[in-house]
Amino acid sequence: MLGAAKKERLHMSKRIEVNDLNVYYGDFLAVEDVSMTIEARSVTALIGPSGCGKSTFLRTLNRMHEVIPGARVQGKAVMDGQNLYADDVDPVEVRRQVGMVFQRPNPFPTMSIAENVLAGVKLNNKRISKSDANDLVESSLQAANLWNEVKDRLARPGSSLSGGQQQRLCIARAIAVRPDVLLMDEPCSALDPISTLAIEDLMSELKNDYTIVVVTHNMQQAARVSDRTAFFNIAGTGKPGRLIEMDDTSTMFSSPSQQATEDYISGRFG
Amino acid sequence: MTTLPLSSTPAAPAPPGRGAASGTARRSRLKPWAPWAAAGGSLVLAFLVTLVAGTPSFASVVALAAVFYLVGLTAWSRIVEGPRWATDRLATTLVTFAFGLALVPLISLLWTVVSKGSKVFSLTFLNTNMVGVFGDMTEGGVYHAIIGTVLITAAAAAISVPIGILTAIYLVEYGRGPMARGITFLVDVMTGIPSIVAGLFAFSLFTLIFGPAYRAGIMGAVALSLLMTPVVIRSVEEMLRLVPNELREAAYALGVPKWLTIIKVVLRTAIAGIVTGVMLAVARVIGETAPLLLTVGIITKVNWDLFDGLMTTLPVYAYNQYSQGGAGVDRAWAAALTLILIVMVLNLIARLVSKFFSPKAAR
Repeated sequence: MLGAAKKERLHMSKRIEVNDLNVYYGDFLAVEDVSMTIEARSVTALIGPSGCGKSTFLRTLNRMHEVIPGARVQGKAVMDGQNLYADDVDPVEVRRQVGMVFQRPNPFPTMSIAENVLAGVKLNNKRISKSDANDLVESSLQAANLWNEVKDRLARPGSSLSGGQQQRLCIARAIAVRPDVLLMDEPCSALDPISTLAIEDLMSELKNDYTIVVVTHNMQQAARVSDRTAFFNIAGTGKPGRLIEMDDTSTMFSSPSQQATEDYISGRFG
Repeated sequence: MTTLPLSSTPAAPAPPGRGAASGTARRSRLKPWAPWAAAGGSLVLAFLVTLVAGTPSFASVVALAAVFYLVGLTAWSRIVEGPRWATDRLATTLVTFAFGLALVPLISLLWTVVSKGSKVFSLTFLNTNMVGVFGDMTEGGVYHAIIGTVLITAAAAAISVPIGILTAIYLVEYGRGPMARGITFLVDVMTGIPSIVAGLFAFSLFTLIFGPAYRAGIMGAVALSLLMTPVVIRSVEEMLRLVPNELREAAYALGVPKWLTIIKVVLRTAIAGIVTGVMLAVARVIGETAPLLLTVGIITKVNWDLFDGLMTTLPVYAYNQYSQGGAGVDRAWAAALTLILIVMVLNLIARLVSKFFSPKAAR
């Protein structure tokens, strides 16, 4: 019952073009004038000091920022020819195509491991046959590199896992709804180095099928996992965050064109 | 975790050395039996003192012993253990006394109700009504009152639980600005409505609609729901606010619409607390007397029809029997015991429900 359309979409990762995007919280301009292209089947890293608006920008890509009262957006974010902010676009539909993994692992505490993976299906009241459900649980957990660790305890609560396993469970949950794009908001900042390595390996595998955008404070991580890197900066408190520059990761970390980028990457500030 | 031994190695020798220098291990402590010894000594001393002063009564000995214990143990601890431990023992003693003091009325009440109520309490008492019971007859029971209480309280819950839960959902998930603030204020005002006013409201409402002769259990249910709704709103609101925002965001990010998120994630996560809150609200109204006396009155036979005729409820029954005196007093106590048992059973059911539904990590 997953539907042919959904299965077809599985390997259709999409590129996103952002044009002159401004993000407001009420009257406060949080992110100003961002234009960038996020390539399909690649990992794009967003780096920058705290409060520079990179997480806010990330959340505009699946309209999650609208959950906060007063938040709004001007400008365009075009995915596959469709402006995500066109009047006839339903934010719920956008979020089905653009999945998200959060900073802190947040499995549903009332659900087992298997139910967590199926959450996107079950919470939307979709019917799914038992064998399809089992296949989906296995393939999603396989894709998240978690299957071997949890296959014998799928009925245990999701919160019984370690932090790193919970985060991979959240990734499995996100890819179980077969999105085109996967957004990750500092997915490793609450994890130890070994779990971080597991997630980074996973990102490298997932980029074969998905467009991945990851916000990170860890520049080594950006250098390790991403194909392209965007640097955000903020002029001062109360000023909006801006995109300073964006380029191939190797170029950004060897010869950035902006002085601010070089200062940030070499640790002279921020 | 793997880096911990590396980083702590250079610092490791320092704390023990410093601790030994300032005498961490040398401080002497009272033995574990010391508080018990102090308690025994205080009791004996208090008994002797009251014996000298006059006739010792239970209350005076206990009160005097408490004072002796408080002063004695603190002084003893101060001499042996030092001021910090003495303060700790003083605080522990005061907290324990406060707990004991709070238990006195509870245990006394339960003891009174059980001892007086068990005189006529029996299975026959539970399934007989008061038809044909006159004067000094010791027969009769509370069957009709149990039916009335259960029906009216269930109807009140059926009215106020949906309203309460929906209002709480509005306040937590949707409400912004003056509308939400207004509702919160009105809920607070409603919490303070005296129960007799709720009774008068229901009485005049039904009189206006159905005429002055109309009497039915539903009138009492409406009066009780007026008292119950704000309690339900308040407790459910607190429970919904406890659900972490991260869970809502996780559901939104999976493409789940807001209404489904509320039903399947927010309510599902908070269900244990909601059930407890509803049970507290039921316990709050099940013992109400005044509004029921006013609206549904009292009758000697069983009335199953919530929409026609007078009904008997346990609190009104107890009031009525007690004011008759004689054999009625025993029946009043037995009715009170029945009421307490019903509330206890409801609480047990609520406990089981919340245990069954609570997030699995908590177990």
